[in-house]
Amino acid sequence: MSWETVIGLEVHVQLATKTKIFSGASTAFGAEPNTQACAIDLAMPGTLPVLNKQAVHYAVMFGLAIDAEIGQESAFERKNYFYPDLPKGYQTTQLEKPIVGRGNVEIQLADGRSKNIRIHHAHLEEDAGKSLHEGNFRHGVSGIDLNRAGTPLIEIVSEPDMSSAEEAIAFAKKLHSIVTSIGICDGEMSQGSMRFDVNVSVRPTGATELGTRTETKNLNSFKFMEEAIAKEVERQIDLIEDGGSVIQETRLYNGDTKVARSMRSKEEANDYRYFPCPDLLPVIVSDETIEELRRNLPELPDARQARFVEQYGLSDYDAGVLGGDAAMAAYFEIASEKSGNAKLAANWTMGELAARLNNQDLSINKSPVNAEQLGGLVARIADNSISGKMAKEVFEGMWAGEGSADEIIEARGLVQVSDSGALEQMVTDVLAANQTMVDDYINTEEAKRKKKIDIKEIESVIAKIARIPPKSISRDDEKALKSLAGDLKISP
Amino acid sequence: MHNLTIAQLAKGLQSKDFSSVELTQHFLARIAELNPAYNAVITVTAEQALKAAAAADKRLAAGNAPALCGIPILHKDIFCTNGVRTSCGSKMLDNFIPPYSATVVENFEQAGAVVLGKTNMDEFAMGSSNETSFYGPVKNPWATDCVPGGSSGGSAAAVAARLAPGATATDTGGSIRQPAALCGITGLKPTYGRVSRWGMIAFASSLDQGGPMARTAEDCALLLNCMASYDDKDSTCIDRDVPDYSADLNNSIKGLKIGVPKEYFSDGLHAGTEDAVRSALAELEAQGAELVEISLPNSALSVPAYYVIAPAEASANLSRFDGVKYGYRCEDPKDLNDLYTRTRAEGFGEEVQRRILIGTYCLSAGYYDAYYGKAQQVRRLIQQDFEKAFAQVDVIMGPTCPSPAFKFGSKGDDPVAMYLEDIYTIATNLAGLPGMSVPCGMVESKPVGLQIIGNYFDEARMLNVAHQYQQATDWHDQMPASIQQGAES
Repeated sequence: MSWETVIGLEVHVQLATKTKIFSGASTAFGAEPNTQACAIDLAMPGTLPVLNKQAVHYAVMFGLAIDAEIGQESAFERKNYFYPDLPKGYQTTQLEKPIVGRGNVEIQLADGRSKNIRIHHAHLEEDAGKSLHEGNFRHGVSGIDLNRAGTPLIEIVSEPDMSSAEEAIAFAKKLHSIVTSIGICDGEMSQGSMRFDVNVSVRPTGATELGTRTETKNLNSFKFMEEAIAKEVERQIDLIEDGGSVIQETRLYNGDTKVARSMRSKEEANDYRYFPCPDLLPVIVSDETIEELRRNLPELPDARQARFVEQYGLSDYDAGVLGGDAAMAAYFEIASEKSGNAKLAANWTMGELAARLNNQDLSINKSPVNAEQLGGLVARIADNSISGKMAKEVFEGMWAGEGSADEIIEARGLVQVSDSGALEQMVTDVLAANQTMVDDYINTEEAKRKKKIDIKEIESVIAKIARIPPKSISRDDEKALKSLAGDLKISP
Repeated sequence: MHNLTIAQLAKGLQSKDFSSVELTQHFLARIAELNPAYNAVITVTAEQALKAAAAADKRLAAGNAPALCGIPILHKDIFCTNGVRTSCGSKMLDNFIPPYSATVVENFEQAGAVVLGKTNMDEFAMGSSNETSFYGPVKNPWATDCVPGGSSGGSAAAVAARLAPGATATDTGGSIRQPAALCGITGLKPTYGRVSRWGMIAFASSLDQGGPMARTAEDCALLLNCMASYDDKDSTCIDRDVPDYSADLNNSIKGLKIGVPKEYFSDGLHAGTEDAVRSALAELEAQGAELVEISLPNSALSVPAYYVIAPAEASANLSRFDGVKYGYRCEDPKDLNDLYTRTRAEGFGEEVQRRILIGTYCLSAGYYDAYYGKAQQVRRLIQQDFEKAFAQVDVIMGPTCPSPAFKFGSKGDDPVAMYLEDIYTIATNLAGLPGMSVPCGMVESKPVGLQIIGNYFDEARMLNVAHQYQQATDWHDQMPASIQQGAES
């Protein structure tokens, strides 16, 4: 029997506000535990939430980006459950009236197809803190870090419109691209800025009813997501083919150990006892605000991709890679402008730079080589000041923090000498300086000469003098060298 | 000095008849002497009070001090006080010292008022008799075998016993008005959103409202002038100018239309209480007011609706007391579940646990629509009843509670009988309207309260009516026999 997979995603996106959704505490990542949790975040008695307007605007911007219905009046509910990293004993979230209604996200697939994924809704809510259990904390003790508690999130809920891991990943990447492009999320997956819950079910190909689904929670990398989906699809198919059935449950996937396990079944699920939060008024977003946000909405990935093809003459593929990632796109545009050569800037951004960043697991925002620097380097390649090989050396220097391309070229004397007159002069100078050796050489009988010097060796010598990597000697130089050899009667 | 009203004390301070330090020492001495008999005050902040009094005296000497500068007051122990234990009447918070103050507390601080201490209350404001306090019941100064009402019983008893000229209180279903009535003092629950809830420990967030207690309407106006403020830390606080509540006190009430709801004079009402309230209405009529019989047809539904909505909100509001962050934690929990269950079983009293369970049940899957959903519909009906009534009349009046103060333990086995104590007060909380209780008579040597319900943000008019009534009557000047021996100093 053949099977088809049905996938829906719930995506938690941390909004890039400076302060928390209901308090004035900072949302910055990586501080000492519990130093960014104020009385409100700690749920001290008598404290009250005040909604962060910026978080509301960010949610509306997301709605505009996916062409969704914007809830002009949305409301907050309390979702009740006990857990030590949930200080109030309830999460303030939205259920009945989410701020963003139905919308659409188009994804592009490797075979060139595109597909529409429907968004059911997106709602605003607060993040929980973190529990640090044994191994991550002290022996025999669990710790609670409430720095993250109250960080604003939007939870984006898709329809079950994806039918493969590839589609799910494409969708996840597209969301990443959208939220970073409009600047509402920093996109730092490793810091938990985007987390994915994946709902997976299988059914016989052609069946119309959905199979029983499982939810794998809290995946924070595309790679883990892909692995988790593949494993879960295989597990469900094996289970059914062995005569069993899938039970509805929440699962966890550990990307490091590659092990998936059940967290809780549907029967063990909490009754969250949602009810309207009496501490917060309904959120009214006026038409004027929506229109203002629409006017100021940054360029969306699809539009940017098209512009890159048009403006810079990039291929669809290159435009897709560079235009799809907001930070990369911004980087490329600066590098391109600085260098005056868009295609070369694109190659370097997607090639050497991306590879290096990937290698060291760095985001482009954290790149040791900034866009101006890379543009400066590309400019020197474009005007033939340095060869490609030398450029790599300069890039290394920039990566190591030695300064701009020009500074490094200067400091290391890495100037490519491509003017044949200069080369000739250089050779003449060298020969003149070694006149005795040259005379000896010329005066020796050809057969008795110790060694026959051919073009290659001359090239090598000259190149050494000129600090040119031999393979990168230009055609012009080659000609100059040939005529030099003729003059010197050392022809091959 | 303790028989003077706040208005009189303020004059005395401004004209240097006595200093705030003297006044503060006097009231601290009274608390030390008399409080053991009433258990109205559970924390005395003598040192801070004397410091604040000395500072107030300096401000008074410099001139232009605010009206309440140097006036001693008490705060209900539901208002967070920076550096001073705020227990909410519960074992759960017996060790809780907040690092912040409620906006109400800050307002009084800025006005130069002197805080003598914190008053006893029903645990988490859940109760109508003050019997649910972890610190033991408060005794009614008029009859020490009787309850003072609740949940602000400590504040009410303290004002009645002249342990302070005024106190803060809160009202979720009658917790200012009912104890004010039972203790023979004047108390006002403002319009929902008039007084900031920041730092006021939540019971039922959509119903809770802080307000003043004092012996006279004139004093309540002075206290409300200070308590009411717009506060951007409370999203439900309403951004609206605070009028001078003292300004209209002396207006004539000629032509005032008083709505008298027939539902408030029903079977459960004590005959003596009814007589006292009817006499008060007659007095107001004699002053030129017009009595209009009205109907609030959904009144009977207010208690059941309240006992769904308030516990539902409370069940979530009290989830934060889990033994993890602050407050009581059980000894040697063996795992997380044990920590939660024992902390909450040991830290909360019976009534609080009952309401958490009721609230949790009402919000549970399958019951939500039948209980919480229905209760919200009732709430809207009750609001509409009042809207219709206020299209006809200026204020609504009736009894504050069905009967005078009852004996300790008399309603202990029957929570519903206790809940019915608030039958006349709850509807205004559900509607968000302001309500007030004014002493209007004595039954069995115990005070009776007249309830005045106003339209939204019509506190000034209510205070005006109450003040006019108090100009013509002396029920508010009556003094419990139990404190009279200390009356001369």
